Amino acid sequence: MTLADGVQIVSFVVLAVMMIGAALGVVLLNNIVYSAFLLALVFISISGMYILLNASFVAAAQVLIYVGAVNVLILFGIMLVNKRQAFVPVRNAWISKATTAAVCVGLFALLSTMVLATPWSVSTAIPIGDTALVEIGKHFFSDYLLPFELASVLLLMALIGAVVLARRDYLPDELLAQEEMRKTALTLPERPRELISGSRK
Amino acid sequence: MSPGIDLQASFVQALTDLGLPTGAAKAIWIPLPMVLMVAAVTVLALVATWMERKISAAAQQRIGPEYMGPFGMMVPAADVLKLLFKENVSPAKTDPWLFALAPLLVFIPIFLSYLIVPFGQRIVITDLSVGVFLWISLSSIAPIGLLMAGYSSNNKYSLLGGLRAAAQSISYEIPLALSVLAIAMMSNSLSTIDIVEQQSGYGILSWNVWRQPVGFIIFWIAALAEAERLPFDLPEAEEELVAGYQTEYGAVKFMMLYAGSYANLVLSALMVAVLYLGGWESPIPVGMLADLLGVSETTPWLQLITGSLGIIMTLFKAYLMLFLAVLLRWTVPRVRIDQLLDLGWKFLLPISLVNLLLTAGLKLAFPFAFGG
Repeated sequence: MTLADGVQIVSFVVLAVMMIGAALGVVLLNNIVYSAFLLALVFISISGMYILLNASFVAAAQVLIYVGAVNVLILFGIMLVNKRQAFVPVRNAWISKATTAAVCVGLFALLSTMVLATPWSVSTAIPIGDTALVEIGKHFFSDYLLPFELASVLLLMALIGAVVLARRDYLPDELLAQEEMRKTALTLPERPRELISGSRK
Repeated sequence: MSPGIDLQASFVQALTDLGLPTGAAKAIWIPLPMVLMVAAVTVLALVATWMERKISAAAQQRIGPEYMGPFGMMVPAADVLKLLFKENVSPAKTDPWLFALAPLLVFIPIFLSYLIVPFGQRIVITDLSVGVFLWISLSSIAPIGLLMAGYSSNNKYSLLGGLRAAAQSISYEIPLALSVLAIAMMSNSLSTIDIVEQQSGYGILSWNVWRQPVGFIIFWIAALAEAERLPFDLPEAEEELVAGYQTEYGAVKFMMLYAGSYANLVLSALMVAVLYLGGWESPIPVGMLADLLGVSETTPWLQLITGSLGIIMTLFKAYLMLFLAVLLRWTVPRVRIDQLLDLGWKFLLPISLVNLLLTAGLKLAFPFAFGG
């Protein structure tokens, strides 16, 4: 066994333990903020796995998109939604927990039998490594053009939706006028949240 | 191109000559560049703090630090000593785990990003094919650390500062990445070595700053915002937020946040030097001078001069940008948060998109000048 092999095996074990541990933490911890931070750790370990597989570009993209964008947005969501609500303990909560656990264990068993039963044909080709970037680009603009473009349209839709939700400019004028009249002298000039409704066109 | 100085090969060769097996020699080599880099980055950040003090003083017609060492150069070292020996306090109602982890999360990605900063043809830790992209993706981890610091401090100023910092670095990442993309398009590569090589040849005339003037300005503004420098230091605006997400921090943890912010600033300046100012290339190419004098490129002393000149040039350009940043700090007032986001999303983003399109068009029209 050479030095490189040893390093590879050790990093694989470390990454796998880190990923599984963090994923369990995301699910099992009560504090939602901890869960969100541990999710970042899961993404980082996945990116480490990509590096072990010689896919450095995918690894960097994983960090940029999942840790830098998705996870930060989740954290923003958690920290900005400041819902002060007393925690009411639910009676017989263990039933739902037990059901969830049973479903999860069942899914896990199903997937692992599938993994073990499938005759995997492991490719013996050498990973392309550093030229992967060029190959990914070529695929995006030839045989994977439609999914690529559809994904960007989806993102555009989400963007426009977010802008509309945030600006709340689509309230009809007469509704706004009614609102003006109801307003007391000391209210700040802000559009109230409750009035967003899709019922009036 | 001549291979230049290859430190790794010579080091491994020297150890194998002493009778060690090659594997062991390589294993001894592995930690060396990392340790060297951490030490070098710390020194660079300390020099940046000293420069900040001195230039700020000059801008305000003061003298600045003077008595500690020549020109007060030992002040940063004294700062570090003081912070190391301070008691490590964490306030009563903080979240102890997150509070301790947050400075590390800010600090480590920044130091990791130095992996790709080249100081010469071979004087770089790793020449990755994803190069600059690695820097962009690593710098996107920082907001998580800042949010963590803000949240765990259990203090409204800290939380506001953390949220502001995250919002700011998310919005300025996009123009930054788009202007880097224009450079990558011209160099046909993301590797920092290739980007500098593509700017070599005609000395100062072939630097990217002449081909990408708009991209240069966008990049510098966005980099200042990413490093939370004035005029974009809203996350730690003293008058409003005490010190933002750093409010509750002290001793070693504060030192990490502080060193991280200065290391980030130096890193941004180094990236400007690499992407736009020709990296290790001197204004008059050394190779051209050597040709004029009739010295062969493989002469050992010439390689030594080229190597050290490369390091000096990179650092000189980077600290020139740093000087500009400090001057800007005392020239421009702080922007408001809405102005900051307006500038990022409504001005820099469209302009950098147009810049990218123009670069693509110019690349098709003039392939000889824009790296066809």
